[in-house]
Amino acid sequence: MSSQAPVLELRGIDKSFGPVQVLHNVAFSAYAGEVTALVGDNGAGKSTLVKCIGGIHPYDSGEYYFEGNRVQVNSPRDAAALGVEIVYQDLALCDNLDIVQNMFLGRERKSGLVLDEATMEEMAAKTLAGLSVRTVKSLRQHVSSLSGGQRQTVAIAKAVLWNSKVVILDEPTAALGVAQTAQVLELVRQLADKGLAVVLISHNMNDVFAVSDRIAALYLGRMAAQVKASEVTHSQVVELITSGRSGELGLKNGAAT
Amino acid sequence: MSTQTLPPKTEAPVIVREYVDRVRGGDLGALPAVLGLVVLTVVFSAFQPIFFSPGNFANLLTQGAVYVVIAMGLIFVLLLGEIDLSAGFTSGVCAAVLAITLTNMGWPWYASVVAAMITGAVIGLVLGTLVAKIGIPSFVVTLAAFIAFQGVVLLLLKQGTNISVRDPTIVAIANRNLPPWLGWLMAAVTVAGYAAVQLAQARNRARRGLPTTPPLLLAARVGGLALVVGLVVYVLNLDRGRAVVLQGVPIVVPVILVLFLIWTFVLRRTAFGRHIYAVGGNAEAARRAGISVDRIKIACFVICSFMASIGGIIAASRANSVDPNTGGSNVLLFAVGAAVIGGTSLFGGKGRALDAILGGAVVAMIENGMGLLGYGAGQKLVVTGLVLLLAASVDALSRKRAAATGHR
Repeated sequence: MSSQAPVLELRGIDKSFGPVQVLHNVAFSAYAGEVTALVGDNGAGKSTLVKCIGGIHPYDSGEYYFEGNRVQVNSPRDAAALGVEIVYQDLALCDNLDIVQNMFLGRERKSGLVLDEATMEEMAAKTLAGLSVRTVKSLRQHVSSLSGGQRQTVAIAKAVLWNSKVVILDEPTAALGVAQTAQVLELVRQLADKGLAVVLISHNMNDVFAVSDRIAALYLGRMAAQVKASEVTHSQVVELITSGRSGELGLKNGAAT
Repeated sequence: MSTQTLPPKTEAPVIVREYVDRVRGGDLGALPAVLGLVVLTVVFSAFQPIFFSPGNFANLLTQGAVYVVIAMGLIFVLLLGEIDLSAGFTSGVCAAVLAITLTNMGWPWYASVVAAMITGAVIGLVLGTLVAKIGIPSFVVTLAAFIAFQGVVLLLLKQGTNISVRDPTIVAIANRNLPPWLGWLMAAVTVAGYAAVQLAQARNRARRGLPTTPPLLLAARVGGLALVVGLVVYVLNLDRGRAVVLQGVPIVVPVILVLFLIWTFVLRRTAFGRHIYAVGGNAEAARRAGISVDRIKIACFVICSFMASIGGIIAASRANSVDPNTGGSNVLLFAVGAAVIGGTSLFGGKGRALDAILGGAVVAMIENGMGLLGYGAGQKLVVTGLVLLLAASVDALSRKRAAATGHR
């Protein structure tokens, strides 16, 4: 598709929960500097696919390539070590901790036994400034006092703090108002422009077309199509989501094995 | 991201306004406990002047010490949103171990103290494992332990005999005082140490261009601490004896001070402490951040029971003996009350080691003041129960308010 090789590439991923097969032979790629939207109806397998990428669910069979090398990802730590970060829908922030504390949670900087608060605050400030975030008053305010958009910003900043190469965002705008959605989408675009591979899961076609370079549509656990956003129309994507195909694109009858 | 420092003239009003905003937003901090202390002091002193004497002040400190120490441990469990109902009788079991090894078996005092502490830590390990690994609600686990430990104390003390504790070192903990000069030295070191830490921090932050605490607030904090500590040591160094000279800071005070410094350091300056808050605030987020939630839970129960063992040692020292009631009856209620009155949330995620000291002082004042006014145990328990209820309501209401205004 493109001249450059994907940072993250999955081939032939199968995943079952007991007797229910959720993912059938799924292929998926994410490219550096691009936003890849992952779309699909409820139950299409988006969340499961993401959890396989993040190492939360081990996949049954298939191949996982990262920067061209075949890798094994069996735990969230493996994924984090590769540079894959996931921002979950429910954000996973602690309300009773401040912004800096949340961004470094579980990976605190220490000098000896003691937490190195000054260095952490400095790094957090640099990261937020790098993302052009200017809406937070103080880095030491508790997350509970932030708006939904600001929380999303903190969650995203937390993901990029670690020189990550792939950032996966699970419905980042689902709970946000219009202005905040625009803010977060701008941030998503910025991540890609900084050279990260961004995967955006969304239900909202406007959001998808506003920021994505590529669109991958899942249909009942199968990858219906992965196309460039500029080469498809709004209604084609909707068709891919609802029926798995659209004209030339998508699953052929019987091709789904 | 350097924040513009405000010109000095507007500094004080800004600090005050921010504080008022915080309080109105539901983050009361130490306010209820401090208010309670002031009100209780005024009321009790008005009705019974002896309450306001140096002798009673010293008495109050040793009386409250057991609650403060047990509450300090309980705060770790409360921070997780869990509860330990057995902490009182855990202290009883540990006190019994101390008395038996010390008096009946003739061990040296340090060996007995270590034995009591290890007993506490092992109890905590068992409770924590049951809660974290098996998944039994802490309320049930510790209720079972509450009942069982009551029996264990009876068994250890052979159906309720009283074992006296005569070792001079152990007895000294709650009954002897520091020489006055040592009290002053301790006060000076405390204030100087606090000032040095605050200054070093402010300087480090300023050097890196991070927003710093305004110097005025720093000075006020250090000055306030110096005033309180100086006053306490001065009053305690007055002669409060009737026939012989009796003066100095009770030895339990530095014991509590050291425990307070250790746990404050752990909670505020170490990754472990940070993770405790995270687990209490959002266990799922902590788990996703790679924190071993089970291990944190078990550690907190160990700390709680370990602190209960120290509480038991102090109780044994104060009574010069251990009986089946040590750590029983209202000790647990008072300790939980102390933590909650001090500002620790029963919902988890919010609390400081300081809360135990402030709340413990309130609880000790109620017990002591009502005793001086001639009220019996019945009235004291009713009032303490009501105060605990009041503190829990303040906690719940301020939490609601905080949720509405976005503070916490």
